[in-house]
Amino acid sequence: MSVSVSVPTILRPVTKGEKTVSAEGSTLAEVITDLDSRYSGLGDRLITNGALHRFVNIYVNDEDVRFTGGLDTTVGEGDNVTILPAVAGG
Amino acid sequence: MARYSSLIDAVGGTPLVGLPRLSPSETVRLWAKLEDRNPTGSVKDRPALAMVARAEADGLLRPGCTVIEPTSGNTGISLAMVCRIKGYRLICVMPENTSQERRLLLRAYGAQIISTPAAGGSNAAVAMAKELAADHPDWVMLYQYGNPENAAAHYLTTGPELLADLPTITHFVAGLGTTGTLMGAGRYLREKVPDVAVIAAEPRYGEMVYGLRNLDEGFVPELYDPSVLTSRFSVGPEDAVRRTRELLEVEGIFAGISTGAILHAALGMAAKAVREGVQADIAFIVCDGGWKYLSTGVYEAGDDASAASGLEGQLWA
Repeated sequence: MSVSVSVPTILRPVTKGEKTVSAEGSTLAEVITDLDSRYSGLGDRLITNGALHRFVNIYVNDEDVRFTGGLDTTVGEGDNVTILPAVAGG
Repeated sequence: MARYSSLIDAVGGTPLVGLPRLSPSETVRLWAKLEDRNPTGSVKDRPALAMVARAEADGLLRPGCTVIEPTSGNTGISLAMVCRIKGYRLICVMPENTSQERRLLLRAYGAQIISTPAAGGSNAAVAMAKELAADHPDWVMLYQYGNPENAAAHYLTTGPELLADLPTITHFVAGLGTTGTLMGAGRYLREKVPDVAVIAAEPRYGEMVYGLRNLDEGFVPELYDPSVLTSRFSVGPEDAVRRTRELLEVEGIFAGISTGAILHAALGMAAKAVREGVQADIAFIVCDGGWKYLSTGVYEAGDDASAASGLEGQLWA
């Protein structure tokens, strides 16, 4: 499964400046592993102690993965994965 | 409507209106809670009033006191009204990339505005307000992101109003900012309505707003408890603008842009209910009217994408 991953400004130094990268995997965890194999260090930025970093939000097709199975969230061909830092609203 | 002894007594008790044209069927229905009918035109009148009342009851606020608050606008405007009536001085710490109308309204109410850099979004406003409050121990920071009265206001008013007006409610959809509306009304509804879905629509801004220096500068409001939510959606400016315009064109409701983001999530839930063949009564929050966003140009002709481009770099929710 090939998905499109949108990378926030703060992580672009790791993706060699790329704003959108493609990745393979059938779960979010696999997608991150695939990304980390090409963009070393990305995995450590997103995951701490086996879970998503507290201030990182990841969405698959705009839905927050923390409510869809976390790193086990399944992804399908052509899905859009969006990574964003958690910021204040209000 | 009824008679009130003063403006602040008129907070809450807002109408819930059906959306017969946007609802997909007779059994899957959308309902809009018109929070723009509050005294200063937004849902934030509820938490602002509750936070001030608590601070007064606790003896923190006394006549002549200075209130300081980080806000992207609506909470500031609500506090400005309450402080004006009660005789407090108000300082709003606000990101510079907020609409001109919000600033004009705050000044009209006599509030002082301290601007923080656009690149820091609300995070920078929160950080600066905390610094200023620490430097001025006599100032009172109500701190909407962590003040339990924010959520409590919705637990005690918004939630019960929704249930009274729509006992068959199946979904509650609201915006996620301070998280107060969802935490308060969501908790109330979960206690009273088994299996109710509580859905968050979170605005996704332009890149600049996420311009932190490192991930550890991220921010999650202290009030946030994810166990209250069923799901959480990120809604970008184009979808938000498209739905804001649709709400105006189809149902005649002139709402602000964050409401468009919420409607987008609500319509997603409605489509899902239709697919699954289940009955649904979906209530969502109209946070404010469109007045404060006219200068962005999103209500004018042009396609949704070009209309949304007027929001680039702005904190539109």
